[in-house]
Amino acid sequence: MSEILILNGRVVDPASGVDAPRDLLVRDGKVAAVETPGALKHVVAAETIDAAGLVVAPGFVDVHVHLREPGQTYKETIATGTAAAAAGGFTTVVAMPNTVPVNDSVASLEWMLDEARGSVVKLYAMPAATLGSMGAKLTDFVALAKAGAVGFTDDGKPVLEDEVMRAALTAAGRLGLVVSQHAEDTRLTGGCSMNAGPVAFRLGLRGMTIEAEARIVERDIRLLREIEASEGVRARLHVQHVSTARAMDAIRAAKADGLQVTCEVAPHHFTLTEEAIGDYNTNAKMNPPLRAEVDRQAVIAALLDGTVDCIATDHAPHAVHEKEQEFERAPNGITGLETALGLALRVLHKGHGMPVARVMQLMSATPAGIVGLEGRGSLGVGAWGDVVVFDPADAWSFAVNESRSKSRNSPFDGAAMLGRVKATICEGRVVYRG
Amino acid sequence: MIENLDHTTASAACSAYAAGSLISIEDLTVEQVSQILTVTARLENMPHAQRAQLLAGRRIALLFYESSTRTRTSFELAAKSLGATTTLVSDKSSSIEKGESLKDTGLTLRALGAECIILRHAASGAPSLLARSTGLPVLNAGDGMHQHPSQALLDLRTMLIRLPGLDASAVDGQSLRGVTVVITGDILHSRVARSNAMLLPRLGAKVLLCGPEPLLPHEALGLGEGVEIVRDFDAALRRSQVAMMLRIQRERLAGLELDLGEYISRYQLNGERLSAFAPNALVMHPGPMIRGLEISGDVADGPNSAIEDQVHHGLAVRSALLLRALGAGDFESVTI
Repeated sequence: MSEILILNGRVVDPASGVDAPRDLLVRDGKVAAVETPGALKHVVAAETIDAAGLVVAPGFVDVHVHLREPGQTYKETIATGTAAAAAGGFTTVVAMPNTVPVNDSVASLEWMLDEARGSVVKLYAMPAATLGSMGAKLTDFVALAKAGAVGFTDDGKPVLEDEVMRAALTAAGRLGLVVSQHAEDTRLTGGCSMNAGPVAFRLGLRGMTIEAEARIVERDIRLLREIEASEGVRARLHVQHVSTARAMDAIRAAKADGLQVTCEVAPHHFTLTEEAIGDYNTNAKMNPPLRAEVDRQAVIAALLDGTVDCIATDHAPHAVHEKEQEFERAPNGITGLETALGLALRVLHKGHGMPVARVMQLMSATPAGIVGLEGRGSLGVGAWGDVVVFDPADAWSFAVNESRSKSRNSPFDGAAMLGRVKATICEGRVVYRG
Repeated sequence: MIENLDHTTASAACSAYAAGSLISIEDLTVEQVSQILTVTARLENMPHAQRAQLLAGRRIALLFYESSTRTRTSFELAAKSLGATTTLVSDKSSSIEKGESLKDTGLTLRALGAECIILRHAASGAPSLLARSTGLPVLNAGDGMHQHPSQALLDLRTMLIRLPGLDASAVDGQSLRGVTVVITGDILHSRVARSNAMLLPRLGAKVLLCGPEPLLPHEALGLGEGVEIVRDFDAALRRSQVAMMLRIQRERLAGLELDLGEYISRYQLNGERLSAFAPNALVMHPGPMIRGLEISGDVADGPNSAIEDQVHHGLAVRSALLLRALGAGDFESVTI
């Protein structure tokens, strides 16, 4: 069948421990060879990409995106959202269940994953942990897992009740899957639209406290211990978009204790602070909110010291008319798939000296592992031919009007980016060319 | 290391609004405040017929999403006294009830010829949205818990007139040197407190914020230099030349529990407390006041009270703001 040969690039594949000049051959959708430069020169390929000066890495894996289909296709569709993913170098995305209706059944999961939806990259989904994400009754984890669920979440809302979360962690743990928690004690955040503190006070907005995030993280970690003691199940907790030092400390301590906790960080939380809200910019409104500088620094420290397992965008498209509202009324969330690499390299690599290989690991190998994807997030021979080719030195400005997403709600319009995707290959097909 | 470059546009945003807009008291320089006071003083002394020519034929819309007595009436009377045509749109009797957005309401008013919109809204930041959406000058007549800039200006004028030895027609950074103003009560929910606390220190005053923790979190110190938190009302009064009292905003308490008896005993401004700790202090209240709660009737009606003066000055100050918004009168040749 078809071959793609990627020559002269710097292959950065943390899963295989490779960070060196290599030529790469993708054949029949899989990685067929990774060889020293020149070794593949006799191969005849349908397409050859010259990657001189470029990084060749495993296609990125985003464990947290909102594709809005079914039900809110005016914001995004699976086709447009995954096109944005491809443009950002992502070859795998995990769709959150807060669609309309909520993805809480085998039928809705199968509908979402159906080829007819036109996904441009590999699509997985985390169905709801509770029916309708109402937080009361668990969905059918066993049947959903059989139908392809890669975890369970009520994202957008927390699983608030102790007993429900305990049951969810136990049931998912028995299947070897994560419960992915949106950590927010909503009993403490009613009417809040940004981070609590002096900026919220000055703007006259009610603020979400650090405690509201940390309390749920700390509670969930306690549940992991209790479940192991009472059920003998090593349950798996994944904490979404951690934004505060205190929650990060709890996760760090839990990991040191050997608990199965993973966490993700969103690029906006390591790039921006609450000051970005400025004059009520609703494109800087998301949940968890942008925090103070001290928390942003704590997030970066946790990325550097290994506490953070992956970068996830929480890509959350909204229509212009929805964001063009009073700040408190505007919906939470920003798009993020096309700005993740540019921000990660600018802030983490250039700004804080994180090796490119570590950035790649945070965006490919580790997130693939969290959702249990075999043969993804790696360029080992035999792995899926999911590849991103990018120029790590290209400093550019993001222009939101050029986005592949249907929506325009990004605080990064005109913002500096470092590193630009030149090609994205998913299962051996070129799905994006920059 | 500074890599937080994405914030650069935020603070410059205010200048993107139409000239003459007044969204937050921060938007005004001390010179601009002084100029507004100068025009205010001139307007107050101007013959009625002359004043009525200043905005003759101009159209001003009042857009009120929250109830209001003083602010609405004084803006409306101010506009009319300058000869402008006014129209009042309120959320209770318009298409807002049918779900029309703030943006579309603003665009509709603009299409009908409004040259300036005066907005009162329960959501903090709504005037910024309206100004961005319409490109019209917007006067913030109170937004949520955020700002009430015209109130701060009329409070300033009241102080300048009532305190001894001050010039009410112009100010600079030293005008209120030696003056301490205690603002007491529900600071958390008060846009009046925020606007005053961000204005008065820039003119040399000291502002003491006073109230119990739930109504006055320590974050209030972030309002700026010259602001101090004092929990003991008696001690604060002893230091103050002006006592500004605030209503407890039951409509914004959102589940906050407050022991009113305890509150009254610690924070009510009554005759006994006033004569014991600040017998000469000027007493102010932006209204509406709840007699018997934050202030006793005898103090509200007493000789120290400037409460009716505040209402009175609102008219002239808001007239000046309307001239400024429409680039008329003394603001015609001024680059704002």
